[in-house]
Amino acid sequence: MASKVLQAIYTDDDILMEAVKAIRAKKYHIEEVYTPFPVHGLDKAMGLAETRLAITSFLYGLIGLAISIVMMNFIMIEDWPQNIGGKPSFSFIANMPAFVPIMFELTVFFAAHLMVLTFYLRSKLWPFKEAENPDVRTTDDKFLMEISVNEKNHKELTELVYNSGATEIKLKDN
Amino acid sequence: MSHYEAPIRKPLITGDKTYHDVTLDVVRPVEGKANKSWWIAFSISLIAFMWGLGCIIYTVSTGIGTWGLNKTIGWAWDITNFVWWVGIGHAGTLISAVLLLFRQKWRMSINRSAEAMTIFAVVQAGLFPIIHMGRPWLAYWVLPIPNQFGSLWVNFNSPLLWDVFAISTYLSVSLVFWWTGLLPDFAMIRDRAVKPFQKKIYGILSFGWSGRAKDWQRFEEVHLVLAGLATPLVLSVHTIVSFDFATSVIPGWHTTIFPPYFVAGAVFSGFAMVNTLLIIMRKVSRLEAYITHQHIEFMNIVIMITGSIVGVAYITELFMAWYSGVEYEQFAFLNRATGPYWWAYLTMMTCNVVSPQFMWFPKLRRSIMFSFFISIIVNIGMWFERFVIIGTSLHRDYMPSAWTMFSPTFVDIGIFVGTIGFFFVLFLLYSRTFPVIAQAELKSIMKSSGERYKKIKAEKGDDAPLHEPYKQEAMPDFTNEFNK
Repeated sequence: MASKVLQAIYTDDDILMEAVKAIRAKKYHIEEVYTPFPVHGLDKAMGLAETRLAITSFLYGLIGLAISIVMMNFIMIEDWPQNIGGKPSFSFIANMPAFVPIMFELTVFFAAHLMVLTFYLRSKLWPFKEAENPDVRTTDDKFLMEISVNEKNHKELTELVYNSGATEIKLKDN
Repeated sequence: MSHYEAPIRKPLITGDKTYHDVTLDVVRPVEGKANKSWWIAFSISLIAFMWGLGCIIYTVSTGIGTWGLNKTIGWAWDITNFVWWVGIGHAGTLISAVLLLFRQKWRMSINRSAEAMTIFAVVQAGLFPIIHMGRPWLAYWVLPIPNQFGSLWVNFNSPLLWDVFAISTYLSVSLVFWWTGLLPDFAMIRDRAVKPFQKKIYGILSFGWSGRAKDWQRFEEVHLVLAGLATPLVLSVHTIVSFDFATSVIPGWHTTIFPPYFVAGAVFSGFAMVNTLLIIMRKVSRLEAYITHQHIEFMNIVIMITGSIVGVAYITELFMAWYSGVEYEQFAFLNRATGPYWWAYLTMMTCNVVSPQFMWFPKLRRSIMFSFFISIIVNIGMWFERFVIIGTSLHRDYMPSAWTMFSPTFVDIGIFVGTIGFFFVLFLLYSRTFPVIAQAELKSIMKSSGERYKKIKAEKGDDAPLHEPYKQEAMPDFTNEFNK
């Protein structure tokens, strides 16, 4: 038998938060919550792990910095050194102050773009991707919670969800 | 959950707005039809854009000789316009990034349009150096392409090349910052759309955003980190633009104060342009409940402060020219203020230093009409600032026989007017097809800063429940489904 989920619609973020806490307190597993806007503290209440995107961004920034140094060292010092306006151009360290702006720009470029790309890929966001929110109202003002359910606990769980303030409860194949 | 905010703070969303009302107000311009005044504004902008395009084609096919440049003044309107447009762009990043780091909630009603303005303004800015190259199809030569290709490597010691990297990083990072914020709002329009074509288009634009709790968690983290990256980035961009001048040895350009002075000026002109655009948009798109008098007032305060910083910079420059004892430097500034371009200098001083001082008066900075008037004045003043710095420093150089004046040709003027047209074409299209307010973000502060909820808290206390009354459907029984 295919696994099933309860889909419960809530009309308010505060009620949703209380419901998440109440359902988690009874050791039920909340599969997913779809919300129209970021509800602060929801990730913690659901027990989601913290995101590591900020760390990836830092690492991408380091890569950008390294690339900019290697690139400018090769172009300006090794491959084709030139005397430009009497500025020292035959050792990297002496020429480095003039490279700082581009070292900075490429650090930011890599940190920003690669982090956003990582976010898009991890959250499966790209053009022509089909949306997966089960109810179109969840981008307007409704909140939808999915909880896995089976034949043993469905009565108790339905009652729990109902008492937590859900306005609509549906059963769906997962 | 606590939605506490000091009651003394005025609401940022006025009127009796619920979450759903925000949705309706944001989609109204998108779902509705354009009115007559939109079409008139769009037609005028399009004509100006076409005229500018004609002048660009004429320039490229005939040569830079069609401009008013001469052997003494090799840079004039093109670079003035470039710096002017880049500067205008800075307010968008300041509003969305710096105000995010400072947790200023009032940014949420205006950041979307301010960022749109940033991107459209930087696009205009980028056009000028490319046209000035004379052979724009070789624009890719500014990229680091190997010697074997046929030219030398680019020169990484040159501030003009730093500009290439700064502006392209700025444009592309602003674009992804903007677009990432747009995803949930495009998704909202997608999920409301009834016509299949619209649903398809907004489906593509929204990248399939579904609003999962994990997506939101990442979304907020990405926004915070991007804001942290964009803040030094935006400061670096105009710093590097100022290096184009400051690292030269031209008296009047060779000034260490340029980077902070240019950044302050950029924020100053950018906020003025945001005010110009939003004062019109809030009226036309009926967004007065979101872009309130208070928002306009806050922006006026920023204009007042940055305008004063710019004023201090002007005076410091004059003082340093005198104090340095360098004759050439002293002449450059004396000539600026009292030479043949005295009228440009006076316009700059009046518009940029005197006019923002009116904002000390609460009555004036809360007046919509006056704010609009000042915003236009500031835009004019900041254009003249760039012209004064660039033009007057060049037109009387070391050799009096080479002294000359600059007069723009119709092509110079045409290209400038054309970029204004292009800018407004983009902004007008944006205002009818994009969610012009970051509605998802705004909904997250409704309960702390919305007038409706502030009233409930004032009446029933801070711990009063803030949810709307709701009606539950009868509790279902799924026994049959499981017994199948």
